Amino acid sequence: MPGARTFQDLIFTLQSYWAAQGCVILQPYDVEMGAGTFHPATALRALGPRPWRAAYVQPSRRPKDGRYGENPNRLQHYYQFQVILKPAPAQVQDIYLDSIRAIGLDPLRHDIRFVEDDWESPTLGAWGLGWEVWCDGMEITQFTYFQQVGGFDCDPVSAELTYGLERLAMYVQGVEFVYDLAYNDRFRYGEVFHQSEREFSAYDFERADTSILSRHFADAEKECNSLVDAGLALPAYDQCIKASHCFNLLDARGVISVTERAGYIARVRALAKACCEAWLSSPQGAYAPRHG
Amino acid sequence: MPDLLLELFSEEIPSRMQSGAARELERLVVGALSDRGLLFEGVRSFAGPRRLTLAVSGLPARQPDVSEERKGPRVGAPEKAIEGFLRSTGVTPDQCIKQPDAKGEFYVAVIRRAGRATEELLAEVLPETLEQLIWPKSMRWNSGSARWVRPLHSILCTCDGEVVPFEFAGVTSSNRTRGHRFLSAGEIEVRRFEDYEEKLATASVVLDPMQRRESILHESKQKAFALGLRVIEDEALLDEVVGLVEWPVALIGRIDHEFMDLPPEVLQTSMRLHQKFFALGEAEGGPICSRFLVVANIAAEDGGREIVAGNERVLRARLSDAKFFWDQDRRHRLDTRVPELRKIVFHARAGTMLDRVHRLQSVAIVLSRILDFDMEKAGRAALLSKADLLSGMVGEFPELQGTMGRYYALHDGEHDAVANAVGDHYRPLGPSDRVPAEPVAIVVALADKIDTLVMLWRAGEKPTGSKDPFALRRAGLGIIRIVLENRLRLPLSTVLCSTLIAARADGDQAPEARMSDCPDSPGLLGDAASDLLGKARAEAAGLLQDGDREVVSGVLGFLADRLKVALRGEGVRHDLIDAVFSLGNEDDLLRLVARVKALDLFLASAAGANLLVAYRRAVNILRIEEKRDGCSYEGEPDPDLLEHTEERRLFAVLAGARELIQAELAYERFTEAMTAMSRLREPVDAFFDKVTVNAPDAGVRKNRLLLLSRLRSVLQTTADFSRIEG
Repeated sequence: MPGARTFQDLIFTLQSYWAAQGCVILQPYDVEMGAGTFHPATALRALGPRPWRAAYVQPSRRPKDGRYGENPNRLQHYYQFQVILKPAPAQVQDIYLDSIRAIGLDPLRHDIRFVEDDWESPTLGAWGLGWEVWCDGMEITQFTYFQQVGGFDCDPVSAELTYGLERLAMYVQGVEFVYDLAYNDRFRYGEVFHQSEREFSAYDFERADTSILSRHFADAEKECNSLVDAGLALPAYDQCIKASHCFNLLDARGVISVTERAGYIARVRALAKACCEAWLSSPQGAYAPRHG
Repeated sequence: MPDLLLELFSEEIPSRMQSGAARELERLVVGALSDRGLLFEGVRSFAGPRRLTLAVSGLPARQPDVSEERKGPRVGAPEKAIEGFLRSTGVTPDQCIKQPDAKGEFYVAVIRRAGRATEELLAEVLPETLEQLIWPKSMRWNSGSARWVRPLHSILCTCDGEVVPFEFAGVTSSNRTRGHRFLSAGEIEVRRFEDYEEKLATASVVLDPMQRRESILHESKQKAFALGLRVIEDEALLDEVVGLVEWPVALIGRIDHEFMDLPPEVLQTSMRLHQKFFALGEAEGGPICSRFLVVANIAAEDGGREIVAGNERVLRARLSDAKFFWDQDRRHRLDTRVPELRKIVFHARAGTMLDRVHRLQSVAIVLSRILDFDMEKAGRAALLSKADLLSGMVGEFPELQGTMGRYYALHDGEHDAVANAVGDHYRPLGPSDRVPAEPVAIVVALADKIDTLVMLWRAGEKPTGSKDPFALRRAGLGIIRIVLENRLRLPLSTVLCSTLIAARADGDQAPEARMSDCPDSPGLLGDAASDLLGKARAEAAGLLQDGDREVVSGVLGFLADRLKVALRGEGVRHDLIDAVFSLGNEDDLLRLVARVKALDLFLASAAGANLLVAYRRAVNILRIEEKRDGCSYEGEPDPDLLEHTEERRLFAVLAGARELIQAELAYERFTEAMTAMSRLREPVDAFFDKVTVNAPDAGVRKNRLLLLSRLRSVLQTTADFSRIEG
């Protein structure tokens, strides 16, 4: 199979494929986040008139999904490969399908389908329409046309593609247990990540100090608002992501009741909205480029 | 005669929206054509994953010509007025005729409008019409303000074989389309429907969803049959799958043996929900077997071997999750999970799930006490009814609530009746779902729905118009079906009150506050049940607090409304239900229905119809006279003032009738009550025939009005006749 024999080959293949499509290949953002969408290269860049194309791997932290390294496919830390194309090219489905061929999945031998799956992020105040892309009954990509972020209309509309890398690699490699994935020719995924899954599960469910986390949440919220007031959209947005991650940790610790949960989500959404507003009045967010 | 072919080709349309959109497209285009006088012979519409298609056959080549006459100024009116008229109508003076009327002669312009060519008209009408097509959810995609369900790529539109040129959503119409995403390449050029359908088939697209459906059914049956198996029918899944494929190919895969001891519902739900697989069974009604059927959208080069292998692998991962939950969940007894229900909010103004379970226990026990069912088992089943919400399996598959509770209860060694009640207490889930029939299941299912209705009503969540987010209508219909189909005699007000009394202990964690926490002694449980029942009866009889009284009467009225809907199918008249229900003394659904049916029969008889007329006449006279005199006539007529024989007879008959009717009603002899009423017919008719109510003597007149008022109140004993229509 060309290109994607190992986990890292899969990443390289996607990176070079999307680089050839004119995407900026970014490196992971250095703040914990639940999904690649939270990366400012997607969440903020999806707003405003400027064209933008980027692709990057982003570690996704989902404290609630921790399974102490015992579940065959659930992880509290996993990798997403994220692509954002703004404006969405008219032939974006075809361009995407070529990336699947590049990985080594031949649509004439597999059953590739686009199955309705609309995307919504209550914490980002964002939504879009699209599909989950199925390969032989397995979801390999989330495909979304962004309609709103932070409550603001996306104009132009971006296409967002999110590949779940571990799952895709398991499929390509024919592996049933995530830790058995060949990361490269010498190391298995488990050698790289099993211990951290165990330790972080213990942290997420047992050890995370909830009063410290609550404080962090409040601090981040405060900092975010004052940075928004100072017109610093990007640093403000970092604080918004931090608040969101604190909330995810508190949620995993089971200390948030249903009503409180809605309250926390609304608070993060208010931050996201404020950051988006600040972004839309910043140079990269407000204006179309002068040339082209 | 020209045909119209229209195809809107887009990125993948959600399956659930396809058939609705095709119907809507047909409705809009048909409407637009008819509005413009374009009558046609036939119309068909089709939907699939990537296209909506409409074919209209037998259109006229042109619109019919029309002529219209418009009246203008008088002959000899000022030049300017006539000029203005000619300009506005666009005719020349010789195209006007002169018509006389009372004041002289007028110009009448005869405007002839030649019908336009159909093609030209279509080019104008279609884009406007497409603007009106509303999707349940639509999006923008960098094509101006246009919205469609997903980006629209091309529009094929021909009339009589030629392109109808127009633009919609930034797309210009043409005579080209595309075939299957992977199995065909390049564009297809078409002229009319016949070659369109044929060329699509060559390009691996089955246009007609009915044909895709047939082909899936046929092929899957054949493949299953070859293995001695049969496909377990699932209409909803089939509908969905039809909208997911343009070129259906049925394939059969295997389920690993290690998963076959999972409950069949788990296997089936996991397969259908996540994978859109059909389950297979060995024999009619037999258990589900270790194969599944998947419908692919492609005839793969390797005959589908890799597709099957891939699907098997995905299923294995899904089922390992399910098996993990199944094994984990059974390590915890259901009863030990119950306290955790405190963490789930039922509704912000109706307490937690634990509160709800405590109320369900109280009400299930009271119901059992009334119906003489097993109170202990009812309480136990109610206690366990919601515990499976905390299981991993129900967390993963919410639709298995109840079903999993039953399995876990059986695993814990609970009594079969208790486990079955846990499993069935959400039923009936819809008009075609079965109704619980075992005593314990009946009371828990009833308690569940009564609690939902009463508590959400109290929380101000009553349904309005099309909005019913908590499915209260379904709960109401569920109560009605459970009661009527099991022929249960229940004083509903009392039951509703017992829910409200139980709700007063919400949030109270003290065990002594709860009847359900009584020691296991059946005697004590019985005492507690009697105690609550007594309180509930007292409250139902009128000791309710204001807010609660509104809830009880609101819920009863709501149930009466639901009853009308439920019985509409049986041809029971809704006005008769109103007439009986509005007396306010009937909260036993079974008896209410019996009374309504007796009333219906009575009204269909000559005597009944006659009495209804007499009733209306009496009421009319009373209304007029009471208004005139500014008083209401209530009270005993004076026998000494009765002059005519007919008056005396009516007086005598009425005197006996009320007691007799009430006695028959008390013994639930509704037909007999009606017979008693029908005996009034003859004296009433004679009275109206021979006696003038408005007698010259004021005393006699008043007495006769009192007699009519008496007639009105006697008839009202069985139903409020003023609510009867027709």
